[in-house]
Formats: sequence, structure tokens, C-alpha cells
Amino acid sequence: MSEIVSVLHAPRSRRLGNRRVTLMSFLLAVVLLAAVCIAGFVCFDAATDTDFMQKNLAPCVEHPFGTDWMGRDMLLRTLSGLATSVAIGLLAAGVSSLIALMLGTAAALGGKRVDAVISWLIDLMMGVPHIILLILISFALGKGALGVTVGVALTHWPSLARVIRAEVMQLKESTFVAAAHRLGASPLRIAVKHMLPYVLPQFVVGLILLFPHAILHEAAITFLGFGLSPEQPAIGIILSESMSYLSAGYWWLAVLPGLALIAVVMLFDLAGSSLRKMIDPHSSQE
Amino acid sequence: MKDIFKHIVRLSLLLLAVSFVAFALVSISPIDPVQANVGQAAYISMGEEKRAQLEAYWGVGTPLWERYINWLSAFIQGDMGMSLRFNAPVSEVIATRAISSLALMLLAWVISGVLGFAMGVIAGAFRGRLVDRLIKGYCFVLASTPTFWLGRVFLMIFAVNLGWFPLGFSVPLGKSAADVTLLDAAHHIILPAFTLSVIGVANIALHTREKTIDVLESDYVRFARARGESSMQLVKRHGLRNLALPAITLQFASVSEIFGGSVLVEQVFSYPGLGQAAVTAGLGGDVALLAGIAVFSAAIVFSGNLIANILYGVIDPRMGKRKTSRLRCGSGDVEAASLAAVEGGDGR
Repeated sequence: MSEIVSVLHAPRSRRLGNRRVTLMSFLLAVVLLAAVCIAGFVCFDAATDTDFMQKNLAPCVEHPFGTDWMGRDMLLRTLSGLATSVAIGLLAAGVSSLIALMLGTAAALGGKRVDAVISWLIDLMMGVPHIILLILISFALGKGALGVTVGVALTHWPSLARVIRAEVMQLKESTFVAAAHRLGASPLRIAVKHMLPYVLPQFVVGLILLFPHAILHEAAITFLGFGLSPEQPAIGIILSESMSYLSAGYWWLAVLPGLALIAVVMLFDLAGSSLRKMIDPHSSQE
Repeated sequence: MKDIFKHIVRLSLLLLAVSFVAFALVSISPIDPVQANVGQAAYISMGEEKRAQLEAYWGVGTPLWERYINWLSAFIQGDMGMSLRFNAPVSEVIATRAISSLALMLLAWVISGVLGFAMGVIAGAFRGRLVDRLIKGYCFVLASTPTFWLGRVFLMIFAVNLGWFPLGFSVPLGKSAADVTLLDAAHHIILPAFTLSVIGVANIALHTREKTIDVLESDYVRFARARGESSMQLVKRHGLRNLALPAITLQFASVSEIFGGSVLVEQVFSYPGLGQAAVTAGLGGDVALLAGIAVFSAAIVFSGNLIANILYGVIDPRMGKRKTSRLRCGSGDVEAASLAAVEGGDGR
């Protein structure tokens, strides 16, 4: 117990040092993700280069992920596919969390009617399975990258909106907000000074934890044929093409890109949960 | 009783809203139903008159509201329109496909529920030990694994390399429907159901783990421990009953995820279920079928949520008294709990 108290009263620098492992894993995850993205965008054109002399090669030193039926290097394809996925995931998760922030706050502060309407909307969004809703939305938008991005952005806000709503509701009832109110602080000042510091960590972490979902759903919807078009490098496309080579024994076409996708998703998860540990007041002492 | 009735009314209203959203979404699609359904070549060679006739059939030019009301009134009477891809009434397509789909989902639902519960209890009982770390690690990795990729890998290993299971479909190819035995069907359902279950356990296992830790830290368990009961005895005598109902409730509330997963699994395994039909309909511009399946899937999810909410009241009588705030959130509490379980998977 005394140890915790001493940590709490320690200067900020030492408190951060106390969580060095968390900080390091967060930085490592961010650096790795950035590396994947940069590598992916740099070799964007090389990823679609065909070389019919080198079709269906198993993984070797020159082509660590092997090559496909058109002699394209699978490592380059995977990297640029991942970069595309991360870009779409970032965009969609960003928009989605902004929707969540606005609706969650509105539900908590806007009175009973607004709350009822937004809760109803959340229930509505959660009622239809995500994949079906994604199919509907990308169908409505005529498929393609736009359809996926909008679809993922529009379907992923409910859970975060709920978290933010609960957080703001709790803050609204808290004594320090009541005290600030009595002392004559304006609603804007209360929101910025007293509520934001609590909501912001939740928001940032929610945003980061939305990425994995966004990326996985992007890949899934592309795999089903509703997302990016076959010429574009995308993990979903790579995996759906690999379905035709199921019995041919070209295992590397599916296994390695899939593992790379899992690694990226887990890196995001790691970044999100370690960031949460650092900035969330509720878990900062763990 | 009154609560349940209120609930059913609320869910019916939600279902109505879902039907409107689904209809509106498929209607605003730039994919022209006439063109999508008769094919490019036929469309070009078609006479102006025939084209106008088809357009009238598809309701091109009529306002959205009017079309929706027409569609809805027919829908309620059981006429869901014609599926163009399958050349049969939508209700018929959904009915035949729902049987295969529901069998698959039910199997995966039960397996993942039982397995996930067992894993959660074990992990919670041996908190911090190797077993706990393994189970937590497994759930963590599985939460990041795309379902369709796992299905693809399983197909490669178990169907192509080992040859234990067929490559897809729900019955052997080239066999007439009358000759298909239950064994055949079972042989085809195992691998997709297994794929779906492997992914599905993560949520329930983590949730049950948290609950188990809570229960084992409670006063009555501490007292029982002081009397000399072992960990496993404690779980059996004091934990299981407390843990089972929340787990079942969570499982009912996660029907939506199983449905979503089944869409992908069905596509990978060419399993002729609702999900595969939805994909075919979406890719082929089969508007009526797509809207029909969307409404049907929502109906299944809402039934799951309804059961979850009723169970809530059964587990915890206090819930019934605080009905308004709790019940209005629908599956929310369970969602939030599972979200917390997944996110807080480390420590706490």
C-alpha cells in the first residue's frame, strides 16, 4: 500500500519510468506499424509487377513469402495490402470514434428524449450482424473502397458510444462537477476542465481498440467480394484468390499473408492496451 | 410478464426499423436492378418497350416510401418477393437455407459456449498459473484472427492434406437429396462448426474468467476455503451456479457475432446457408433476397437478445426492480461486460 502511495506522489518522470515496459511496448508497436505502412506504400507499384518466369514459387531467400500465379512477390503484395488495410482502418476507426464521441456525449447530456433516440439507434445498429450490415452498406454505395470505409465507419461506433455515454453520465453526477457548477463555472468550462480529462483517455483508447475490428472487417468484406477491387493490393483479395489454389498445395499464398495480418492486428491491440494503461486514470497504477 | 410484453413490442419496432434501413440501403444502390439481373448483353439487345416493362416491374421511378410500403405489406403477408439469383420465392430460399445455417450456428454456439465456459472457469480458478496464461494468450490471439483465414487454413490442413473432411458444401456432390444420410450432413458440418467455435470461445472464456475470479474472491468462498475446501471443490460447489447463468446470458446476447462469423465460414466452405446466400445476393444485385435475409438475421439476433434479457431477470431478481434503466439498454450490459472482459483481459 505504502508503495502505491509513494508512486502516486512521485514526480511525473519517475511515474512514467515505473511503467517503462508498458511505454516501451507501446513505442515498439507504433514503430513497427509505421514501418509496415511505409514499406507497404513504398513498394505499392512493385507489388503488382508480374514476372511469369517465376510463377508459384515456394518461399525462398529471394521471395520470403513466395510468388503467386502471376509471379507477383507475395511479401510485397502482403505489405502493400497491409498498408492499405491500415489506412482504411485508421480512417474508418477515426470517423467511427468521432461519431461515437458525439452521440455518446449527446445521449448523456441532451436529456431524456435524445438519450432514448440514441439508445434506440445503438440497439438498431447492434441488431443486424455487422457483416450483413457491411454487405448492405457497401452494396448501397456500389462496392469499392468507399463502400468499405463508409461501411466500417458507420457500423463500429455503438460500443464506444455506450462507453462514452456511461462515462459522461457518471461525470455529470459526480461531486466535483456539481461543485464547479455551484461555483459558477460555465458549462463550457466544466466540459473542458472537468470532463474532458476523463473522457479523452476513454476516447483515445476506444479509437485504438477500434482499429483491429476495423481492419478485420475490412479484410472480411473484401474477401467476400464487396470491398477493394482485385487489382488493388489487399489482404482480403489475396486470401480470396488463394481459395482457387486450395488443392494445389500452394500453402504460402494463404498462410503467410494471414499470419502477417494477425501480427498487425495484435500490434494494434498491444499499442491500444498499453496506451490505456498509461493514460487511463482508473488503471494507471497497474 | 408485462416487461416481457413491453420488450416484444420494442423489439418489433426495432425490427420494423431494420426492415426500413435494409430496404432503403438496397434501394439507393447505384447497381441498376434491371441491368444487374438481365445481364449486359441482354440489356443492350433488349427493346425499349421491354426495358420499360422491366423498369415498371422493378419500380424504377416510384418514390422510395411508396415502394417500401408496398414491399412491407407484402412482406408481412409472407410474400417476400422473388429471388432472381435462385429463381424462387425469397421465403422459400430463406427457409431452406435457414435450416442448414441454423444447424451450423447452433452447433457452433453450443460447442463454443461449453468449451469457452470450461476454459474460463479453469483459467479463473488457476489465476496467474501457466494454464491461465495459455488460455488468456489463446483468447488474445484468436481475437485478432480473421475467421475466414482460419477456415481457409483448416480446409487446407484437414480437408486437403489429411483428407478427413470434405472440401465444402453441406452434402456430398452428385448424390440425390433422398440418398443423403444424417451422417453425410454431420461429416460436412463438423469443420465449419469447428472453425466457428474456435473463434467463438474467446469472448465467453474471458468473461467467465473474470466472473470466476470475482466469485473466488468473495467472502463466502473465503469462508469455505477456511473450512478446507480445495479450489476445484470451491468452483464446483459455490461457483458453477453463479457462473453458468451469466455465461448462458452472454452466449444468447452474442448470437449476432456467431451469425456474422457464419457468413464468412459459409463462404469459405461453400456451405449453402443464409450467409452464403446473402453474399450471392449482394454480389448479384438480388435486392429482394438481400433485404429478406437482413430482416431475418435481425429477427434471430433480437430473439437472442430477448432471451438474454429474460434470463437476466431470472438470474438476478434485483434486475426486475430496476427494470427501466436495465432493460432499455437491451443487450447493452452484456455487451459492455464482454467488451470490458476482452479489453481488460490482462490482469484485473
